[in-house]
Amino acid sequence: MKYWTLTEADIDRIAIGCGILGTGGGGSTYHGSLRAKALLREGKRIRMVRPEDMTPDAQILGLGGIGAPTVGVEKIAEGGEGVRLLHALERHLGRKVDALLGDEVGGGNGIAPMLTAAMVDLPVVDADGMGRAFPEVQMTTFFIHGQAVQPAGLADADGNVLIVTEATTPKMLEKLLRAGTIAMGCTALMTTAPMSGDFVRRFGVPHTTSQAWSLGDAVLAARAAKADPLEAILKQSGGVRLMRGKVTDISRRVMAGFTRGKLTVAGLDADAGRSLTVEIQNEYLIAREGEKIITMVPDLICIVDSETGRAIGTEELRYGLRIDVLSIPAPVLLRSEIALESVGPRAFGYDFDFVPMGVSADAPAVPHYKEDA
Amino acid sequence: MLRIGVDVGGTNTDAALLRGSDVLATVKSSTTADVTSGVATAIRAVLAQAAVDATAVNAVMIGTTHFLNAVVEGRHLEKVGVLRLCGAATRSLPPMIDWPDTLRPIVEGGAAMVGGGVNYDGSELAPLDVKAIRAACRDWRAKRVPAIAICSVFALVDPRMENEAAEIVAEELPGAAISLSHRIGRTGLLSRENATLLNASLNKLGRETVGAFRSAFAALGLNCPLYLTQNDGTLMAAEFAERYPVFTIASGPTNSMRGAAFLTGLSDAAVIDVGGTTTDIGMLVAGFPRTRSEGAMIGGVPTNFRVPDVYSFGLGGGSIVRPGQQPTVGPDSVGFRLPQKALCFGGDTLTATDIAVAAGLVDLGDRSRLSHVTPDFARQMLAQMKASIETVLDRMKPSADPIPAILVGGGSVLVEGLLEGTSVSLKPDHFGSANAIGAAIAQVSGEVDSVVSLEGTSREIALEAVVSEARMRAVEAGADADTVTLAEIEETPLAYLPGNAIRVAAKVIGELRA
Repeated sequence: MKYWTLTEADIDRIAIGCGILGTGGGGSTYHGSLRAKALLREGKRIRMVRPEDMTPDAQILGLGGIGAPTVGVEKIAEGGEGVRLLHALERHLGRKVDALLGDEVGGGNGIAPMLTAAMVDLPVVDADGMGRAFPEVQMTTFFIHGQAVQPAGLADADGNVLIVTEATTPKMLEKLLRAGTIAMGCTALMTTAPMSGDFVRRFGVPHTTSQAWSLGDAVLAARAAKADPLEAILKQSGGVRLMRGKVTDISRRVMAGFTRGKLTVAGLDADAGRSLTVEIQNEYLIAREGEKIITMVPDLICIVDSETGRAIGTEELRYGLRIDVLSIPAPVLLRSEIALESVGPRAFGYDFDFVPMGVSADAPAVPHYKEDA
Repeated sequence: MLRIGVDVGGTNTDAALLRGSDVLATVKSSTTADVTSGVATAIRAVLAQAAVDATAVNAVMIGTTHFLNAVVEGRHLEKVGVLRLCGAATRSLPPMIDWPDTLRPIVEGGAAMVGGGVNYDGSELAPLDVKAIRAACRDWRAKRVPAIAICSVFALVDPRMENEAAEIVAEELPGAAISLSHRIGRTGLLSRENATLLNASLNKLGRETVGAFRSAFAALGLNCPLYLTQNDGTLMAAEFAERYPVFTIASGPTNSMRGAAFLTGLSDAAVIDVGGTTTDIGMLVAGFPRTRSEGAMIGGVPTNFRVPDVYSFGLGGGSIVRPGQQPTVGPDSVGFRLPQKALCFGGDTLTATDIAVAAGLVDLGDRSRLSHVTPDFARQMLAQMKASIETVLDRMKPSADPIPAILVGGGSVLVEGLLEGTSVSLKPDHFGSANAIGAAIAQVSGEVDSVVSLEGTSREIALEAVVSEARMRAVEAGADADTVTLAEIEETPLAYLPGNAIRVAAKVIGELRA
């Protein structure tokens, strides 16, 4: 089996990339990367494995944080949540889990499975169910392609573990997990039903940790060379720059538990005189210039600091911030007809069909995978 | 009311004497290693210049980089024991995990994570573990740790456990300097804890510095209250500064921007502070500096202090000019050696100041030493400097519309005429001492940042509760209660939180109590 054993420098790159792929949401990677590096310093290892290398009947468990990011920065994780959840689920299933993965590569959840993996020495699959961030549990390529709804579960810092043994629909599962999360103080670690190696190979968005690493590596290289980090990101991702500008207006409000809002960007430099609006539902969903829609969900709209290439989340947006808005084609799996029902514009309440921006291409795995470790 | 404002920078100590809103005198003197004697010299000089007797002064306000330098240099810091009230939570990231390896061993005095803390809704996370607190105190006593930082999960929602823990610590460790996180920072456990740690670590230096100021002032015959300026440009009484030195850590840029607002009467403008080495450009919004969205790094330690959003670049009076095919100005500078190095002062280096002298913008030194600098070249260099300011200015402006610009700082003699993108470019009287004037006119503020649930209450009542807490803090810090007004209130709806929870950050500001 080929593994990619992560170093602290890799964690820095992956964290930057997960921030960019977070499309404004997904939560901060800061705590996760601090914790990951502390675990590596304790002598633990984090090993990545490619989805195509998994045995077809391997059992793979998805892990990720659920809750309010604002709570997560205050009531920080205890650290053993994932281990308790994994063991509870293994007891319920009556068999061992072979590898972990993240449902959502965007934001802090791109790092979350690595922390538990380091503690129990399981590999992490270089794939996820979104290739970006989405607001709801059922918005994954796994659920779209029939991942079992149960068992699923939650664990909190205080030692509580909740296993959902039956849920009628993915949407109902999302509701149950939200209710459990609230009882747990609005921050918890979550898992959905275990998947087979074959299922993840077919329906996972491949090599998204690799993609995050490559984006982060490009940003750091550009910073070191005092070059434009955005050019590096575009070259790496196949994306396009929608606008370089500054935030001239930002409105946000909470509706039905989600942050909705609208951002207006006035162009700077070569884009002077142009204006772009970005509509927000926890993530950046739609970019328009005038009436014309330039990019729409599930294609990625990412916002980074013009100078550093650091991803800017929706909660950080404020008047006068100098940003680049870019757009990256969604992974192939998100653009299928069946996927668009769950993650296309209509799934977010828009009255129009998805029109793709650019050509989808799945990211290659980084060349760091080596025989055994 | 007679006030003296003092700004202690890396190179110069500026002082200004004001009667009401009239600037009576300003002086510049050298910063000294002990800070205090330089401040005393500047105050003596400014009083002499205006022929005012020290006993007539009503208040002295000091802005100093002393505490910032202590952290940056890792000097004069004390060891701190950290008491985190967290129950089982947060243990994946123990205290000081994101401190730089250079500073951590200097400050680290041992951490205890014990039962305590509340949830976002104020419900108890874990009961306060009194036994564990006493055990930690015994350990700190054995190690002679002089300062303790106490930080509870969601302390801003309910600070009572921090207060209770502080009483226990005071009992076990009489004389220990105790810093409580709910008085220091904003939401975000690690960064608030870090700021609380820094504060505790600076406590001794705070007491010593304020004590030295007091004795120096007594020697000068000053018999008036002493204030220090805070990161947000407002004041805190000296006895408060002794306990919260960390609040003074980034007050420099704020003072000069506030001074610029005062000298021009403008409340919304760009402020361009041209010093000896760098130019700092920031934006005044409603009379106060626009702040950065991310928290400040202080000596490599992430905190959640809000500091002015200032863009700094290498252009100042000491910037080195290199003629040639493509002549350049800066970014390197002769800095504080300008009086020795500049050509016009008999030195060997062509500086931006020499260009200003050659162009006749200012009369300094010996102009005849600059006969080889052609008027054409001088004009070309001035235009280049102006253009570099204009580029940064355009990035900082909120929109393309022209806005007023205020030029302050000794180096602003380099800039002549209207800057592109501005409606007017002002260089007010006393522009060289805007920082000291900003300190002199500073007001008093109170700030609260907390997560509140709107369940069972109305938004208005919840907001009012936060504002009145901020008011109380302002009055405690020396504000005249009758003049306190709401300066800013920021509501952030919290996604995924039930019960319509919002985060409210409120700041009130008032005039100094006479």
